[in-house]
Amino acid sequence: MTTDTLTEQPSADHDSHDDHHDHKPTGIKRWLYTTNHKDIGTLYLWFSFIMLLTGGALAMVIRAELFQPGLQIVEPDFFNQLTTVHGLIMVFGAIMPAFTGFANWMLPMMIGAPDMALPRMNNWSFWILPFAFAILLSSFFMESGAPNFGWTFYAPLSTTYSNGSTAFFVFAVHIMGISSIMGAINIVVTIMNMRAPGMTYMKMPLFVWTFFITAYLLIAVMPVLAGVVTMLLTDTYFGTSFFDAAGGGDPVMFQHIFWFFGHPEVYIMILPAFGIVSTIIPAFARKKLFGYASMVYATSSIALLSFIVWAHHMFTTGMPLAGELFFMYCTMLIAVPTGVKVFNWVATMWRGSLSFETPMLFSLAFVILFTIGGFSGLMLAMTPVDFQYHDTYFVVAHFHYVLVTGSLFSIYAGAYYWLPKWTGNMYSDSLSKWHFWCSLISVNLLFFPMHFLGLAGMPRRIPDYALQFADFNKWVSIGGFAFGLSQLIFLAVVIKCIKGGEKAEAKPWDGAEGLEWTVASPAPYHTFSTPPKVD
Amino acid sequence: MNKGNNVQNNETQEQPSNAQKNKKVLSKLVLIVFGMFGFGFALVPLYDVFCDITGLNGKTNESAASYSARSVDETRTVNVQFISRTAQGIPWKFEPMEREITVHPGETKFVKFYAKNESTQDIVGQAVPSVSPGLAAAYFQKIECFCFNQQPLKGKEEVEMGLQFYVDPELPEDISTLTLSYTLYDITGKVDS
Ligand code: HEM
Ligand SMILES: [Cu+2]
Repeated sequence: MTTDTLTEQPSADHDSHDDHHDHKPTGIKRWLYTTNHKDIGTLYLWFSFIMLLTGGALAMVIRAELFQPGLQIVEPDFFNQLTTVHGLIMVFGAIMPAFTGFANWMLPMMIGAPDMALPRMNNWSFWILPFAFAILLSSFFMESGAPNFGWTFYAPLSTTYSNGSTAFFVFAVHIMGISSIMGAINIVVTIMNMRAPGMTYMKMPLFVWTFFITAYLLIAVMPVLAGVVTMLLTDTYFGTSFFDAAGGGDPVMFQHIFWFFGHPEVYIMILPAFGIVSTIIPAFARKKLFGYASMVYATSSIALLSFIVWAHHMFTTGMPLAGELFFMYCTMLIAVPTGVKVFNWVATMWRGSLSFETPMLFSLAFVILFTIGGFSGLMLAMTPVDFQYHDTYFVVAHFHYVLVTGSLFSIYAGAYYWLPKWTGNMYSDSLSKWHFWCSLISVNLLFFPMHFLGLAGMPRRIPDYALQFADFNKWVSIGGFAFGLSQLIFLAVVIKCIKGGEKAEAKPWDGAEGLEWTVASPAPYHTFSTPPKVD
Repeated sequence: MNKGNNVQNNETQEQPSNAQKNKKVLSKLVLIVFGMFGFGFALVPLYDVFCDITGLNGKTNESAASYSARSVDETRTVNVQFISRTAQGIPWKFEPMEREITVHPGETKFVKFYAKNESTQDIVGQAVPSVSPGLAAAYFQKIECFCFNQQPLKGKEEVEMGLQFYVDPELPEDISTLTLSYTLYDITGKVDS
């Protein structure tokens, strides 16, 4: 029914039908050719975990260098390459593909569809990703080295002063962008056209809503990213002057275009997390989600507002006062719908009969620690104080609270919540709790002192620092190593769970709701070939 | 995929098939994608217009202002400071011959900058001005400026370059000091002969 969207030939439908239903290829070919949403979801999730470990390994070197003041392990230029590639890998390789993995696995099952709407495009959107990161990582082995201009690749650092890695960087980003756009288009088409009869928009699980809105954000801003890296490419290699003042361009314009993409991008990385947490908290509070409709509106307004706050990253570029004030107030305005969400999660738990299984623990940690990240965001949103905090470790603390204890923790929460459905087995409860507690303690040791370092004036993206920052940096590094190692526990949990364990029931969590729990565990290769009736 | 059973389900009425519906949505989304790609580039001229109106980026007028008669506000003085710097890679000496002057708004002034090509190569330079505070840029009027043209210098050659300007009497009251900064770029490779 849907396969032929890209081919137009009804007969193609039949081929793929036979392929997958009766004799699906085995071994590597199964994964290369697969158009099954569950297979592709699995691929995305594994890929993102591998990227998490890769980016994490780079972070370990960064923290080893920063363990003491002075230069010990790496050269300053290589240090810059590490921070740059760490950021790019975590944003585009770990967090975003993990959410696409969730979307692939869960969306069709949650809306009662047999698969994603455009399965072949789905295959493509995954399989070009490894190439993007191979290109990016390969630049480490070139003479010039990897990109060293920060994940934000400000011109002219990435043009005039680039070490020669700009072309590799640009092509890698182009591929990542195409992949995300295809993934997002698939999500939108699936949600619009494949919902089970009776599932109106306002009956969709909130998880589905957040991915729907995120997909629109992606479709809107990833092309802008593609545009800005294209300008970068032509500036660097073809003599244009988009960002080159000598030729009439303006480097500050780079920042405007980049952040026009960049700020919605941070919401692309947090809205799906809201969806996951909004699914899990009701399940373990055994109550319906408080304020479903307000959650939908809050998510939409966050998405819309995210287009008019970009210059809060640029307060120190010399904007006129009116501009500073506009962006300051708009940014603070976003805190309102965000506050609505936090309020609703707390209200959902209020007087619920709570139990603290691992998904719930990660979700609770999410609510508290994400809120801390929101507060530091509010501090940064105040123009006058941002002049002090900008480009210090305070910013690093802020975005790691929202991205690691926010997005990443939600991904863990979701993984623990649906692992039984994915593998058919329960995971080791004690091991998963080890993972949680080790992560929780180490992540705070890692990121909390960064607030103080930033307030005291330690700049970000430097390989060396003044002596007075030494003690805190030592603790931060210890937290970093501990957090890095703790993630290996997760790997152990997952591998053990895939290999075996107590069999999971179709619905292992008594408070869970949603169509995905009406199918067996592990979820059969094909689900909802006949759509369920929703009322 | 396995849509065999699905077909029967949806084909009870003469609705457009899922494939057609998907295609419709798909083509709309692809349009948005291209539209937004274009929008990214449209931001470039939009930004220039926006900056022109607001003086956001301190860019000054790019062509000569006219000599037209205007009143001089003798009751008020404005300090105009001159700064120069050379972009990385251009082996020129480049500096203002006066660092700071005081003018009355409306009064026409002439100052000179000195440049010397300290290498033995022929180099074409281009000075790019910027005014701080940015809001004052719109009131800084250049009648004649070396920055309107490219400046070729042979090896070891030197030159004095002129700038004639006035400060618009409409300059907001709270601005008493203007800084005009020139950055000199090597555009030898980029000049079309
Ligand atoms: C209450 C909500 C938030 C507010 C008010 C806020 C505000 C800010 C501000 C003002 C900055 C710029 C700081 C500077 O460079 O001086 C910033 C940076 C940043 N924020 Fe947020 N933020 C919020 C939520 C988030 C979320 C949810 C994410 C991602 C999931 C996020 C990710 C980032 C990142 C990655 C940066 C640093 C970008 C860079 O320069 O590398 N923020 N935030
Ligand atoms: Cu932002």
